[in-house]
Amino acid sequence: MEIVTSIIPLLACLASLLAVIPIVVFRKSPNLREAATVVAGVAKLSLVLTMLPGILSGKVYEFTFIEIIEGIPLQFRVDGLGMLFALVASSLWILTSFYAVGYMRGLKEHAQTRFYSFFAISLSATLGVAFSANLFTLYVFYEMLSLATFPLVTHNQDKEARSGGRTYLSYLLGTSVGFVLPAMIFCYVKSGSSLSFTELHDWSGVLDPSAALLLLLLFVFGFAKAGIMPFHSWLPNAMVAPTPVSALLHAVAVVKVGVFSVIRVFTGVLGTDFLSTVDVATVVSWAAGATVIISSLIAMTQDNLKRLLAFSTVGQLSYITLGVSLLATQAVQGSMLHIPMHAFGKITLFFCAGAIYVATGKKYISQMRGLGRAMPWTFGAFAIAAMSVIGLPLTGGLLSKMYMIWGAANAQQHALLAVYLVSSVLNGVYFFPIVYRAFLGKPADGEMHDRVKEAPLACVIPLVITATVSVLLFFFPGVFFELTTLMISSKS
Amino acid sequence: MVEQFPILIELCPLFGAILIAILGFRMPKLCYPITVLAMALSCAAAIGTFMMMLASPSGTVIYDLSGWGRVNDTAISIEYRVDALSALMLVLISSVAFLNVIYSKVRVAQETPSKIPHFYILYLLLVAGLEGITITNDAFNLYVLVEISSLTGYALIAIGSKRAVISSFNYVIMGTIGASFFLLGVGYLYIKTGTLNMSDIRSIMEAIPDDSKAIKVGFMLIMIGVWVKMAFFPLHGWLPNAYAYAPTATGALMAPLVTKVMIYIMIRMMLSVFGPEYVYETLGWTDVVVTLSTIAIVAGSFFALSRSDLRKMLTYIIVAEVGYMVGGAWLANSQGMTGAIYHLLSDALMTFCLFMVVGIVVSRTGDPKLTAFQGLYRKMPITMVGFTIAALSMIGLPPTCGFFSKWYLLRGGIEAGQYHYVGALLFSSLVNAVLFFRLIEMAYYHGAHAHGEPIRDEDHEQYRMHGADPDSQPKETLANAPWSMLGPMLVVAIGLIALGVFNSTVTEWIGQVVANLNVLEGAN
Repeated sequence: MEIVTSIIPLLACLASLLAVIPIVVFRKSPNLREAATVVAGVAKLSLVLTMLPGILSGKVYEFTFIEIIEGIPLQFRVDGLGMLFALVASSLWILTSFYAVGYMRGLKEHAQTRFYSFFAISLSATLGVAFSANLFTLYVFYEMLSLATFPLVTHNQDKEARSGGRTYLSYLLGTSVGFVLPAMIFCYVKSGSSLSFTELHDWSGVLDPSAALLLLLLFVFGFAKAGIMPFHSWLPNAMVAPTPVSALLHAVAVVKVGVFSVIRVFTGVLGTDFLSTVDVATVVSWAAGATVIISSLIAMTQDNLKRLLAFSTVGQLSYITLGVSLLATQAVQGSMLHIPMHAFGKITLFFCAGAIYVATGKKYISQMRGLGRAMPWTFGAFAIAAMSVIGLPLTGGLLSKMYMIWGAANAQQHALLAVYLVSSVLNGVYFFPIVYRAFLGKPADGEMHDRVKEAPLACVIPLVITATVSVLLFFFPGVFFELTTLMISSKS
Repeated sequence: MVEQFPILIELCPLFGAILIAILGFRMPKLCYPITVLAMALSCAAAIGTFMMMLASPSGTVIYDLSGWGRVNDTAISIEYRVDALSALMLVLISSVAFLNVIYSKVRVAQETPSKIPHFYILYLLLVAGLEGITITNDAFNLYVLVEISSLTGYALIAIGSKRAVISSFNYVIMGTIGASFFLLGVGYLYIKTGTLNMSDIRSIMEAIPDDSKAIKVGFMLIMIGVWVKMAFFPLHGWLPNAYAYAPTATGALMAPLVTKVMIYIMIRMMLSVFGPEYVYETLGWTDVVVTLSTIAIVAGSFFALSRSDLRKMLTYIIVAEVGYMVGGAWLANSQGMTGAIYHLLSDALMTFCLFMVVGIVVSRTGDPKLTAFQGLYRKMPITMVGFTIAALSMIGLPPTCGFFSKWYLLRGGIEAGQYHYVGALLFSSLVNAVLFFRLIEMAYYHGAHAHGEPIRDEDHEQYRMHGADPDSQPKETLANAPWSMLGPMLVVAIGLIALGVFNSTVTEWIGQVVANLNVLEGAN
């Protein structure tokens, strides 16, 4: 593994943070302001892409700010997993920016400057997490992300937003300060190490199984952005946010930061080898497995489309946690692969929900009967994305799910393997009726969809693109596969 | 000149006070510039002393008052002794006092227009007292300076409203009891050792058997004395009212500094006079005191939650934070002590910043309750920047200094295996999160929207007509605070982040003291 010291990771992270300046400066001319967002997005993605060939050839990019605490540097290190996540987040940000223009203007939302500013800050925090070289740096950016997304969640500033925002912060801050912080300091004290993800400490002899279990649970529940029950309910409550926020942050960036952190804990802090010797990860597997099933069942009862999607996300996140907690190579790789696969599918679904809202003002599934004929593009994309989330052939979702199932089989966890299969069926049960009724159902009494048209192009184009990518990922998953393989091979 | 820096720290405010006493009553306009000048010089001297300390190979600067020096290796004059700990405290006290003078300009003229010279004389004397406490190496001199700072403190509080007089009286009673305990304890030490020089007490005491009852009683009396004075729960009764009803500038000076200086005395007594071996091993009080501080943290947090008055809330947070530092100092390991000393600095700055913010908010809105914060992000954006940084630091989020002090304290707690203390620290962080996000939320929702009504129609109408965000509409008219108040507040807010980012430099300095004083390693 060749280590390259480079400032590119820092620049990629800063690109969106610096964009706040032009966004605020051009607050009176919306076109320039949104242009600044897009330019920053393109710059960010290009910076990330310049590192891609190097990463694929086995290099690792490193950048150190300072040694912030004795023995712990504030440091970026871009490896396969970080690259994978950064690629997903930064490419989707550009699409979301276009979508946001259509959505926010379509609804004539207030305080758009604040919205775009904090959106940009959130992206910087996300890349910060993706590039973190050690647990401490990750924690810093993790907290930054919680705070930066708060004004976005409470954007509407009404009663619902207020209570949603309260739940959001109390869950995310409460768990990170209450669980992750002591667990992290405990690791630091007991190992005396720098908490770096590459220098695995040998925990055998230091931690007995019960201590290891406690530590693991503190981490897994502490990173509540991963949404393991019972620390999931911030996510449905965060759906009061404008849809671009739900789409990029609460289907991709924020929640994936949660599972990303969990993966880092498994692979880079405690180590899958150590965990398989003490055999405590099964507890996490079962917690995640239960979350998968329960959230799918709850999703079936939801009439509010965005809330349904939120519960579906909770379940899908737990797929990832479940996969990595199986500790089997294929399952871990499948988990990592599920980050991009699910991201493209779920963001499309949210884009569709938002597009429906912009075009018709409808939030509830029961109002959407027959709407598919009026909005074929939107609902067509919805159907494809739903297939990807369920894990049906010809969509990317199938590949990652296959790997996780393969891993479960290898780990001899047949009950957990059944969890994957049962939940896929459940996913189908709650997604299929929406699509079916939209295209073939009759509108409810007295409702006519004659005058309904597709949402503005700025909304429709991004969702068509992401739906297309969901399909393309089935045929060309190459880059993501290679990146995850790097992580697996560097481990062994 | 350079070698006179240690005494100049003291003399500048002292002569400033005399100058105001002579000129100030005839020309009240001179009071403010004289005080600013005196504090600026004192601050510069403190920084100079700090540099001297860094440059000196032993890490300490010793200054004999009036140059009488030692006879037969016994100090006959008062000795000033500056090590890293006192140097940090001196810089802290003088810079907080300097910034606070600038901040006081408008409020003193508003709140106590007839007592401007009185205020500034007392102010300078109080600061001189606090600085003296941290620099002196003489146990009796220390007591005298404690009394100077207390007496001026009582008066500074009582200058305010009617309620302030009563709370100040309460403070006088408790403060005097505390000081008497302290003096009695010093008396025991003098009887046993025959000297008042703190370094000499230490070296003589090493020859006295560990089980000496007189030393034990002396230590106990001194500890109880400083605990009363620092408002260590349950001896905190005097603090909330005294600081909450004090005039703005008094509160902003005393709340961050006085309790911290008392904690400094405790640490100084533990490390330099009695020595860590005696305190941690011979006495064996560690578990008891850490448990007491756990209770202090939890109780302080609960009380803070139940208060609807802004300053009362802050004062109970101080009670909880005192628990942080006492606990950290008694964890009996170097991490805990480092954390306690680092928190001394960071908590002083956080409290200072918050008291300044609250002073600004209360003076602008006229509302002393939490509700004063409604809609402030829009109305007073600059003030709220400072508030947000201080609040994040109080909660303990990186990269503010509050996070790093918690880091060291938690690390000390885990190393010492005192998990109830660790739990209390985390609990109090979460309570602070509730307390401050309650305010942030209130400040974020504004005007009519504060009651949960959606903002749609009107704003959007404007948006459509002018093609611009409602954001760019003129701000509601709440005249912004003067820069003499905002400036110091912002400097401290930046300081909170700087102290956090450069925490390893600061803890390196602290490490010198902790290592020099030979704190015992690890209880695990």
